[in-house]
Amino acid sequence: MTSAAPKFESDFDFLRRLVHERSAIVLEPTQSYLLEARLGPVAHKAGIPTVGELLRRLRLERYGPLHRSVVEAMTTNETFFFRDLAPFQALQKVVIPAILGNNAASRQLSVWCAAASSGQEPYSVAMTLREHFPQLTQWKVELHATDLSDEMLERVRSGSYSQLEVNRGLPAQMLIKYFQRSGVRWTVKPELTSLLTVRKVNLIDPWPNFPLLDVVFLRNVLIYFDVETKKKILGRMKRVLRPGGYLFLGGAETTSGLEDDFERVNFANASCYQLRGPEAK
Amino acid sequence: MHALVIDDSRAMRKVLSKILGDLGFSVVEAGNGQEALERMQSEAVDLALIDWNMPVMNGYEFLQAVRAQPSWADVRLMMVTTETGIEEMTKALAAGADEYVMKPFTKSDLVSKLGLMGFRREATP
Repeated sequence: MTSAAPKFESDFDFLRRLVHERSAIVLEPTQSYLLEARLGPVAHKAGIPTVGELLRRLRLERYGPLHRSVVEAMTTNETFFFRDLAPFQALQKVVIPAILGNNAASRQLSVWCAAASSGQEPYSVAMTLREHFPQLTQWKVELHATDLSDEMLERVRSGSYSQLEVNRGLPAQMLIKYFQRSGVRWTVKPELTSLLTVRKVNLIDPWPNFPLLDVVFLRNVLIYFDVETKKKILGRMKRVLRPGGYLFLGGAETTSGLEDDFERVNFANASCYQLRGPEAK
Repeated sequence: MHALVIDDSRAMRKVLSKILGDLGFSVVEAGNGQEALERMQSEAVDLALIDWNMPVMNGYEFLQAVRAQPSWADVRLMMVTTETGIEEMTKALAAGADEYVMKPFTKSDLVSKLGLMGFRREATP
């Protein structure tokens, strides 16, 4: 049974109702910024010129494939802990062990999660480091988490997650070890939050000064930019990454045809891009 | 891969069986731990999804019984339960559960946990 639409329903309220009716997932008002980013590709794929027009058609038409695509775009791309799993396995089994060798003299490790969203990715990196590399407690470890949304940054800082959020992708052993129950929510323990440096960065604006970075996670971000902007961002990435440093992109993203100084590196079920340079050879 | 869904709710068994079926599992069902143990005597199971609160034999007792039997050491066990406390979770993992999913859950939650346990999608849902 579907609920009746209010007479003057905003686009986002309409979308919230659609997603809730079809997936039981509740979009928070703070997620309204997702509307354009998530629905732009859906409209483009369907040959609809604008998100506004897409929403107009959704309102007018009977529930069908277009509605389904929209619901999926608003839900299945939600970030979650250890999303896609394989990049984190590559981080654990290949990337960090290599860096431990390369940086043994300086004992410094710098990682940047460039679109941290609500924090699941940087905390997944933090758990990987804490869980598998106890020797890093003797190193200077910097884990930078940035996003363009103030609301998201506040969520990262709070480290507070709903039961639904910790249910997805997070091994139960790690939930018990690195989180504490706070009423109906789960909060990341200080030993992980203290690892993160959280700040606002819009990738198309000037970037703050980072230390030379060993690893950058820039997953599922480039797809929302045009070619020139992608080139610009990858060009900047070259300057903040250490030669031989690793860049993780989303599964549908590549540096190919955009920036020649990155070399694709394949792991068991994942791949990343390594900045060419003396240490990469 | 062969899976056993153990829950006293027929509706929940149906939901879980559908998800596993879509992933390429063949699935059998049991309404409590005792019934599940009886099924396991006659057929090899790779994975069991286990509710906690059930009549006759609850999920935790079933978990203990399976882990006490060396010939079932390779069976992967996932609790799927409304028990959401750290104490219960800790107790289940200590007794040999491989993963733990709190109800309510979404299909993606369950699939992500199965991925952590090494079970990959074998068929497109």
